[in-house]
Amino acid sequence: MSDRALTVDIVDGIAKVVLDLPGAAVNTINRSVRDELDALLDQLASDDGIQAAVLLSGKPGSFIAGADIDEFVALRSRDAAYQLVRDGQRLVNRIAESRTPVVAAIHGVCLGGGFEAALACAYRVATEDRSTKIGLPEVQIGILPAAGGCQRLPRLVGVSAALDMILAGKQLPAKRAFRAGMVDELVHPAVLERVAMEAARKLAGGWRPKRRSRSLRGAMIDGTSVGRRVAYSVSRKAVAKKTGGHYPAPLAALHAVEHGMTYGMEKGLEVEASYFAELAVGDVSRRLVEIFFATTALKKDPGVPAPSPDPRPVRNLGIVGSGFMGAGIGGVAVTHAGVDVRFQDTDLERVGAGLANAQGIVQERLKRRRITKHDARRLLSLLSGGTDWQGFGRADLVVEAVFEDLAVKHDVVRQLEACVRDDCIIASNTSTIPIRSIAEVATHPGRLVGMHFFSPVHKMPLLEVIVTETTEPWVTVSAVAFGRKMGKTVIVVGDHPGFWVNRILAPYLNEAGRLLAEGESVESIDRAMTKWGFPVGPITLLDEVGLDVAHKASHVLQQAFGDRLSPMPGLTRMTSEGRLGRKTGRGFYRYEGGKKRAVDLAIYEIINAPSESTVPKEDVTRRLVYAMLNESARAVDEGVVRSPRDGDIGAVFGIGFPPFRGGPLRYLDAHGAAAAVETLRTLAEKYGDRFEPAPRLLRMAEDDAPFYPTT
Amino acid sequence: MVGTSVGRRVAVVGGCRTPFCKAGTALKDVAAVDLARQAVVELVHRANLDGTDVDEMYVVQVVPSVLAPNLAREVSLLPQFPTHIPAASVNRACASANSAIAIGNDQIAAGRANVVIAGGAESLSDIPVLHSRRFADLLVALSRAKTLGQRLRLVSGFRPRDLTPVAPAIAEPSTGETMGQSAEKMAKMNGIAREEQDKFALRSHRLAHAGAEDGRLTAEIAPVFPARGEPVTRDNGVRSDSTLEQMAKLRPVFDRKYGSVTAGNASPLTDGGAAVLLMGEDTAAALGYEPIAFIRSYAVAALDPGDQLLMGPAFAVPVALDRAGIPWSELGLVEMHEAFASQVLSNIQAFESRAWAEERLGRSEPVGEVDWNTLNVMGGSIAIGHPFGATGARITLTLANEMRRRDVQFGLISVCAQGGMGFAMVLERR
Repeated sequence: MSDRALTVDIVDGIAKVVLDLPGAAVNTINRSVRDELDALLDQLASDDGIQAAVLLSGKPGSFIAGADIDEFVALRSRDAAYQLVRDGQRLVNRIAESRTPVVAAIHGVCLGGGFEAALACAYRVATEDRSTKIGLPEVQIGILPAAGGCQRLPRLVGVSAALDMILAGKQLPAKRAFRAGMVDELVHPAVLERVAMEAARKLAGGWRPKRRSRSLRGAMIDGTSVGRRVAYSVSRKAVAKKTGGHYPAPLAALHAVEHGMTYGMEKGLEVEASYFAELAVGDVSRRLVEIFFATTALKKDPGVPAPSPDPRPVRNLGIVGSGFMGAGIGGVAVTHAGVDVRFQDTDLERVGAGLANAQGIVQERLKRRRITKHDARRLLSLLSGGTDWQGFGRADLVVEAVFEDLAVKHDVVRQLEACVRDDCIIASNTSTIPIRSIAEVATHPGRLVGMHFFSPVHKMPLLEVIVTETTEPWVTVSAVAFGRKMGKTVIVVGDHPGFWVNRILAPYLNEAGRLLAEGESVESIDRAMTKWGFPVGPITLLDEVGLDVAHKASHVLQQAFGDRLSPMPGLTRMTSEGRLGRKTGRGFYRYEGGKKRAVDLAIYEIINAPSESTVPKEDVTRRLVYAMLNESARAVDEGVVRSPRDGDIGAVFGIGFPPFRGGPLRYLDAHGAAAAVETLRTLAEKYGDRFEPAPRLLRMAEDDAPFYPTT
Repeated sequence: MVGTSVGRRVAVVGGCRTPFCKAGTALKDVAAVDLARQAVVELVHRANLDGTDVDEMYVVQVVPSVLAPNLAREVSLLPQFPTHIPAASVNRACASANSAIAIGNDQIAAGRANVVIAGGAESLSDIPVLHSRRFADLLVALSRAKTLGQRLRLVSGFRPRDLTPVAPAIAEPSTGETMGQSAEKMAKMNGIAREEQDKFALRSHRLAHAGAEDGRLTAEIAPVFPARGEPVTRDNGVRSDSTLEQMAKLRPVFDRKYGSVTAGNASPLTDGGAAVLLMGEDTAAALGYEPIAFIRSYAVAALDPGDQLLMGPAFAVPVALDRAGIPWSELGLVEMHEAFASQVLSNIQAFESRAWAEERLGRSEPVGEVDWNTLNVMGGSIAIGHPFGATGARITLTLANEMRRRDVQFGLISVCAQGGMGFAMVLERR
């Protein structure tokens, strides 16, 4: 195999250029690819025997996945970043200005720099295939499309459509990309090359492809300067609302588009480049890239140390308990993993309700056009259930999601072991009961594992796989692999009280409760945390999780760790009044028709809170944040998670810890253990012993050591 | 042995069905294909079946949908199975599912398959209603028209009466006689009195009710969870509270003056699906299944539809018994499909009549004498209902299960079908 990425074949005057990066699964654009492309463009300019060129990928399922992210991560200075992106722009401009027209033949992912290169081509043909996805996802790692993407896309599809794509970092399936005008033609993969070669030949003969004219509405917005100004202003407001000012990339991209459309492509490119240089070496992008790498690494992590056994496939899934949680697990198992799901519950009404909920998840995907009518019909046939254990003999994995009571769980385990195969994994979705306690009654405790999903299952991206000392490695790797097949980000967590997510969440929620009891308002507590970057505040989160669930979890943790984790005062009174949060229509907030309304003022009386708070504003934030940070350090020290990486991913995907802060452990690293210890000591002095710094932080402060090894 | 099928013995190892519900009630929004799919998915779970073990499927619908004419393939494309299981629908009217089972039997016996799913479904809530031929012609012509003028000319020929829909009638295409008229004719010709018919219908309801109450009949039912409303778990046509007096009050439907066939002593229009799992005896043993019963023999017969249309069983049963090599007296259970009480009683009359045997079969002895303690012991189609495509599988399953419960060696199935046809099958336990 050659070590070159490009092979050029000249067929009847048309250069067929195949990009196939040696030793990589997908094509990316790195230094050597850029050099080869430069050389190719020289050849196109000088060789009179070439009238046109077609750019194809030699990789299955990947045209060009984007620029080489390692090259980007290695950037250390603003100047280096600026140089890199200017180089890229120059190359892409050469494609656009080439007197020999270039056709992009797109099959598979065509993202970021890959799409920017395609945008510079004279014509784009894409395959109508599931693997073909087109977009500019740069903002998701905190940067902006800077190889002309912010210039050429709005010129091709109009300002509003381009902003829509760029600001959200969307990836569109081929059909929608075609409809948006991002590609010129959609063809079956079998004829892609032929059609692209034919288009190249026609372009060489002077053919100018007609692009569709815009709709009237499109013309009014995109075609007039007033319309465009409206579009910029609407987008700016939307971005501000969405990012809370924490993520600079979307706004930078918006400016780059606006500047380029107002002052011309060249000026626009300059702006793109300088924003890129700034963002690329900025903290936000660094944190987002770290998270990207961590999730990518997690996708390849089998969940046990090497040598790890192969995961056993799960084709048939049993679910015990068809309540909201069980139904959610079943629905997602069907939509994402396509497995046969059999529910069991005590009466047919419950089974029916569970089936209806699970069906709802399939229907929702149909409504969002993620699946076709025919897919939906097939997937719905995978859902069935009954009151007996029929069908459980087929199961490769059973997840129990019954009432959180050890005796009930024991009963389920006994009944299951009587009807499932010996090689069937038994997983518990408990959030409060130790897996080893559930496994006590099992004949084969090695097959028991925890699979802690978060509610609602079809929306929450995290899964904690809980392993006990007896859980067999094949069970762990199979549970991890199946969780991943369900589309979840999976972390393996030790069988410690509260596992990881609830463990670090509890002190945070408790602290919110204390602040309430000290007279702080619900709004000010929630606002403090949304301002800090959480998607919702702790009180809203309590309502979402359910006060009964939170109370139960909190109780378990208090039993394990004493007063440091004692539940918030007043919570018992709230739950005994039937205020369980959103699910009962009232918690701290009132809910009507599924929508959150105002704070229910009655709660202040229930909590017995003074009308004024004396806690300074900055302390509200610090108390909440540090309650979680300190507990994270303790839990890591106890070995609850396998690595700081897993801990941070768990916090970001399980709780919504602000991604731009990288997770609690990254955050502690960024600010230094010594500073954290000092803050905690101040808080402990003012507010109580629960803020005593974790021993791990003290050691780290002394040794000046971070959680993550420095590279 | 005389007439026993050549090749491997075929076992019925499992089966299940949806509840049978009167058309227009609990299952009215479930299409026939979904009823069949539901029955088969449940069968998979109840039998702990690995979909990859299945070789073929024969699943029927007597009045097929124009949208999915081969219902069997829609069933074999269920995600519980690999996509390469061939599947066919067959049509022998009300004996279609029986024919599906018979074909499955033959395929296995001949070694062309090891595991076959056979069954059927019908939704009489959802029968295809067609446009008139004139309107259909107009639509076709319009689609071919090239100019506006042509289109206008075609449209101008349209008459409102062309919109009158054509609904399928349950009538013989060869004679124009409906099933009900045939049943009425048979009652008259064979002298089956109204009261006898009503008593038989009442018996069907009482026995079906008892079977549902003690769980024998419901054991074969898999609940259906409709999109809206409560789970459907039981046949809803079975009445525990009917009396002979009430039944006597019903007016005859097909001959208001001198008739005796009423809605009470006929099977109702019904929605439902049913399926059975067939395996070669050796395959069942290898896969660890305990057979419920084995197929011993079967036979089909046909007579002139202008004659007594629903007398098919009287011709098919003696042949099936001959092929099984057993006399009627060895039968421990008999399941007769109850299209109409007059039809069941007419056939029984024929079975028991020496004269009939001599005249119509050229046999010196009657076919056999019915033991009322072993006939339709959990009622039949009059009470349970009669989704055309599902009934044959339902009866096979009901008989096999009851043979196991009573440990009966031989059992008989008989089903009458449109076109003057009859189907009979003998099952054996050991």
